[in-house]
Parts: sequence; structure tokens; C-alpha cells
Amino acid sequence: MKKLLLGNEAVARGLYEAGCGFVSSYPGTPSTEITESAAKYDEIYAEWAPNEKVAMESAFGASLSGTRSFCGMKHVGLNVAADPLFTLSYTGVNAGMIIAVADDAGMHSSQNEQDSRHYAIAAKLPMFEPSDSAEALAFTKLAYEISEEYDTPVLMKMCTRVAHSQSVVELGERQEVGRKPYEKNVMKWVMMPAMAKKRHPIVEERTRKLVAFAETSDVNRIEDGSDHSIGIITSSTSYQYVKEVCGDRYPVLKLGMINPLPEQKIRDFAKLVDKLIVVEELDQIIETHCRNLGLEVCGKEIFPLIDEFSQNLVAEKLGQRKHEGKKLDETLPARPPVMCAGCPHRGLFYTLKKLNLTVLGDIGCYTLGAAAPLSAMDTTICMGASVSGIHGYNKASNEVNAGKTVAVIGDSTFMHSGVTGLINIAYNESNSTVIVLDNSITGMTGHQQNPTTGINLKGDPAGKINLEKLCESIGIPSIRVIDPYNLKECEEVIKEELGKDCPSVIISRRPCALLKYVKHPGPIAVNREKCVGCKSCMRVGCPAVSMKDGKAVIDNTLCTGCRVCTQLCKVNAIG
Amino acid sequence: METKNIMIVGVGGQGTLLASKLLGRLLLTRNYDIKVSEVHGMSQRGGSVVTYVRYGDKVYSPIIDKGEADFILSFELLEAARAAEWLNPDGILITNTQQINPMPVITGAMAYPEDLLGKLNELGLKVDALDALTLAQEAGSSKAVNLVLLGRLSNYFHDFTEDEWMAAIEQSVPAKFLEMNKKAFHLGRTA
Repeated sequence: MKKLLLGNEAVARGLYEAGCGFVSSYPGTPSTEITESAAKYDEIYAEWAPNEKVAMESAFGASLSGTRSFCGMKHVGLNVAADPLFTLSYTGVNAGMIIAVADDAGMHSSQNEQDSRHYAIAAKLPMFEPSDSAEALAFTKLAYEISEEYDTPVLMKMCTRVAHSQSVVELGERQEVGRKPYEKNVMKWVMMPAMAKKRHPIVEERTRKLVAFAETSDVNRIEDGSDHSIGIITSSTSYQYVKEVCGDRYPVLKLGMINPLPEQKIRDFAKLVDKLIVVEELDQIIETHCRNLGLEVCGKEIFPLIDEFSQNLVAEKLGQRKHEGKKLDETLPARPPVMCAGCPHRGLFYTLKKLNLTVLGDIGCYTLGAAAPLSAMDTTICMGASVSGIHGYNKASNEVNAGKTVAVIGDSTFMHSGVTGLINIAYNESNSTVIVLDNSITGMTGHQQNPTTGINLKGDPAGKINLEKLCESIGIPSIRVIDPYNLKECEEVIKEELGKDCPSVIISRRPCALLKYVKHPGPIAVNREKCVGCKSCMRVGCPAVSMKDGKAVIDNTLCTGCRVCTQLCKVNAIG
Repeated sequence: METKNIMIVGVGGQGTLLASKLLGRLLLTRNYDIKVSEVHGMSQRGGSVVTYVRYGDKVYSPIIDKGEADFILSFELLEAARAAEWLNPDGILITNTQQINPMPVITGAMAYPEDLLGKLNELGLKVDALDALTLAQEAGSSKAVNLVLLGRLSNYFHDFTEDEWMAAIEQSVPAKFLEMNKKAFHLGRTA
């Protein structure tokens, strides 16, 4: 049966067809739908883990138990899971194990543009790189075979344009693979120095064998062309752009396995053509490999190291005709993403701005609090960095600014890696104020459950971590809960906690306005006779509020009736 | 058949993803190669959103580049202006006349550009504009703007019958909203 599937859905289908029985992941754009789709198959146990390291180690445990396993994450998630990654390369697997990592060239929804292929090289692990959904499905099934045959976890590298593009796939049947027995083997599973020293040569030997596979497997294929003046080595979406522009004109070496790379196959391809060009997004991985083989090659001399590619970019760089359109001769206002109307983060960030605080921020929808007009965030680095960062900021400055500084972090991000930073605050006793923005969901990635919501990935009731009790047990002396729709309460409590000479946590609690179960009071309106046009209500940056003919107006298709703007109106014109 | 390109643009939350999903289902009933490229994540929060739908004998790139779109289906006027450069010389820009203020306009940093329709026509583009929001409300919900616009697009797709469109709609929307969505499609098709 033919079906249109997202690249991510196709990976999930591959997991299903290959008999995968265990999936553990942390959501992250553009990887999230792999795990969400896998959860729809009854045959697969699937869960959200608190973070990527936990997910990968759980997937390892599942593999150890003899079940084919999977974990998925975005590129920066692999940084979190890098610790188990490097040593799982040494232990290898029992049942097959796949780790999917989705890069985000162009940074559609990410804080950096790192190239995850470096991890495959550094950890000495095989990495497949599909260029469409059909390959995503096929490579996932192949990856389990490689994983078991070569005794290694296998990396599956996705990118935004493969993960979030639907293309046609042919569905197959599920193949039940059964459970492999677990056998105690300290030389394989216990990585103390004496054992690890014996495993490292096995890893190197495995890479040699995988190179031999890369030489002969048709995952790396040569597509001949009519004009041998140029030969192009490429992979992933770059392959699609090359074919879009050049069709069958130039020979193409299309790499489906990006680590380890073949040697003889590349040399043979080089002999076919006059000039070798490598087309790859982000870093020069294939290009460097070719140079190490002593081949003359053109790559990043002409192609950029930054941003994602497109057919016009490839056409231009290869000296082909690119398409052009007609453009209006004026600067159009940008339309950046904004906090939604009714977003519970809005009132809290308004208060932080009003109090003129230094705000160490974190990763989530609330990072939008950095944008005008709220402009209430000073830093954003990675998951959890707000809580760890405020500790260092306060300690190193003898806490002179502790009364003017807060950390803000979402509920899911706090569970991911904020809690360890909070333990440091409690243990090493810094006078830090941490605000947990508890909107009862993982918002930015599209509403995934997390350990604080009491519901699991399959939608069933689950364990529920109580934030107040957690903070209390860590030893935080002052814990307060506020409603971010109540500006007066927000301001008073934040001031009180900043004034205390001890660590404190403020939980700003209100579910995401987009959650289906949240009932809104409904739109409110501006009394145009009372409105004096002072624009006080505009200071919260709500997309539902704007000015028309000198008076405020509220868009009744967007307004939820949160009444944050009502509290800002000095003449009681909104209600 | 040469690859055809349909670009769908709008504001996060307007239902552009349903439109591309429905088109994908419709095209899958023929033996086309198809690619539908979406953007998830941060940009969905009220930002500009773009979806690419491509079909033909063999489709390589998942995206549509500047100067390549045969059709642009725009849910909002400013987004139509932003996307205009993606239209090919013979392409048709179908746009909702609805205006949604972006944050720089809301904060007063910039003004919403005036007479965008006139300017787009002056560029020599083929523009087919309609008030999809009013038609959607007439059908029963402001959320049905996507079906109104698909109805309009269907006028240019002579290969597909109304029955085939209806089948794709039935597969794509919840049963309780089916009649309302069909009505919205019909209003767009006949407006």
C-alpha cells in the first residue's frame, strides 16, 4: 500500500516493520514525530523520558534485555546524551539499537546549527542519512540488521527537510523478531578500564568491517550521467537539490551511509570524472574525507558552511540557471513567532520587565519573552542553563545583584535538566530565585506530556511529579505558587522572594492556553468611549490587542479573555 | 509530467497544514510522485508559515524556490506579498484579503503596507483575491478559511472532479465538521 508519510513517520514505520519493541525519547523539533508516530503502534512500547540521556540509556537497557530499541532526539539533544553514546560504541548491543538525531540547518526551531555527523565520527558509530521518506523507512530496517550484525548502536541522521517532508512510501508488514536472551558478559557490558581496553580494538576492527560494507552496499550508489566533466558527491536533501538542478547530466555518488565513508568507491568515482564537487549542508565532512584520500575536490570553497541549501543555491554555485521571481519594492513588516493570545507566560514576563530584572532564560515557548515589547530575557543557552547559570552569576558576584536577578525555566525543561542545577543551588547555597513556568505541558514542540503532567505518551494516566514537593525535598526553603494571570500577585510574590536571603522557587502555574481541556472565559472588548489611547495595554505584546484610530481594539477571534490587559488599563476601558 | 509547485503561506494557527494534507491526499489518488514540506516548531506560534506541495512524474527537492511556484495559496495578504517572489512568470497567486497584524505593526514600529493588492497587480502578477474569511464565516466557522481557499484553487485543477475533491475532504476533516467544510469549499469554488 502506498502512503504519504513524513520522514519522521517513515522512520516510525520502519521501527514497526523491523519489530522494534521499545522507544524512549525526549521531544525536540524536528525529531518529535518519530516517537509520536511510533506510539500509535500497539506493538511498540513508547515513552517520553525526562531527557535524552535517560532515553538513550533506557533504550540501551531494552537492547540489553533482547528487545530491538530506539531513541530519538534533535541535534542538541545528542549533546545531552553524548556520555552514553561514546561508551555504547564500546559495549555494542544485544538486540538492535537505533539512535535518531535530527539536525536543523537553517535553525527553524533551534539555538544552534551543529552538524551531528561529527558525533558519528567521534564515537566511531555507523550513521545512515536518508534523503526522503522511502529511504527513511528502508534505512531504519537496514539499520537494525547492521546493528545486530556488527554489534553496534546505529545512528540515523535526519534533517528538517527530510523529517518534515511527506513523500510516497510503500508500506510493508511487521516482522516479529522475538527476544534475544540476555547473557551475563562482564567483558562486554562492564566498561571498567581493563575491559574497555579490550573493547576499543574491537571498535576499530568493526569500523574496518563497516568500511567494507560501505564499499559494496547499494546505500552508497553511483548514478551515472552524460557529462563527465563534473562528478558530484552528495547525500541527504543536498542530493535532492543536485538532482533537481542537474537531472541526469552529471554523475552523482549518492551516499546513504555517512560514517564510515567508503574509500575505494570514492576513488573509483573520482576516476570517472574530470572534477570532483562535494555538495553537503553545514560542515565539510565528506570533503575532508576526500582530501584525506588525497583527492582534489571542490566543496566549501563555493558552498556555504551556514544555513540550509535549496535548488537555487545549488544552481547558482554550479553555474546553472536559477529561477527568479518578482518582488515588491518595499520592506515588509516581519512576522516573527509570538506568545499566543492568552499565553500564561505573558503576565509573568510583563512583571519581570516592569521590575527591570536580569533574567537568565531557558529553552521553550517562553524564550519568546526575549522579543519586543516584553524584552525580558538576558540569556538563552541550552536546556537547564538558566538554573545553573544564575547560581554562578550570583556566587561569583557575591550576590550583589541577587535581589535583581531571576532564572526562568519551563516545567518540562526543569524536569529535563533544571533540577540538577537547583540541587546545586541548594547544596552550595546561593541566594538564587528560580521561576518555574508550569504550563502543564511541553509547549513549543507541540504539546507532549512530561513527568509533571500525570499522563504518559500513550495518553494513559501516569506517575506525576509534584514540583513543590520535589523542590522541598531538595532543600529549597522558600517555595511559592502564583497565577501569572494575576499581575498584582506576580509582582508582590516576586518582590518578596527576591528580598529573601535564601534560595527560593516560584512556580508560575497556569496551563498552556492552547490545551484542549482549557476553558477560556471568551473574548473581552474595549469600551471606545472610555479608552484614552494611552497604549498601556499594548505593553504586553498580545497579538489580539492593537490600535485603530487612536483607540485600542481587541480581535475577538484571538482573545481568550485572560484579562491581563484589563489589569493594565488605568481608565477601566477593557472588560 | 513536469513537476507542479503549490506553495501555501499564512500565519501560524490558520490551518495551512490541513490544506497541504488534503492536497497530498487528493494527489495520491493519481500515480504522481509527491512531496509535501512543512515547518513545525517555533514558527508556528503566530509567525509566518510556509508549506510546499510538489507533484509530477519524479519530484526531487522537497521545497519550492523563488520563481518556481505555479500557485501560491495565501491565507493572509501580507504573507501573499512576502511570498510573491516565489511565483513563476505564469503562476497564479490566490489570496485571502484578510489582514492580520504582525507584532511590528501591533507595537507601532511599522505600518501594515497599504494597497498590497494593487501593488501585486502592478508587478504584473496574476492575482486572484477573495474574502475567504467572510465566506468561511458564512459556511459556519472562521476556521474554514483553508477549505474556502482550496475551493478556489480547485477551479484551476481541471484534472480533478468535484467528487474527487469531496473524497479528499472526507478523509481530512472530522465527521462533525464535514458539512460545514464542504460548504466552505463550495463557496470558495463558486465565489
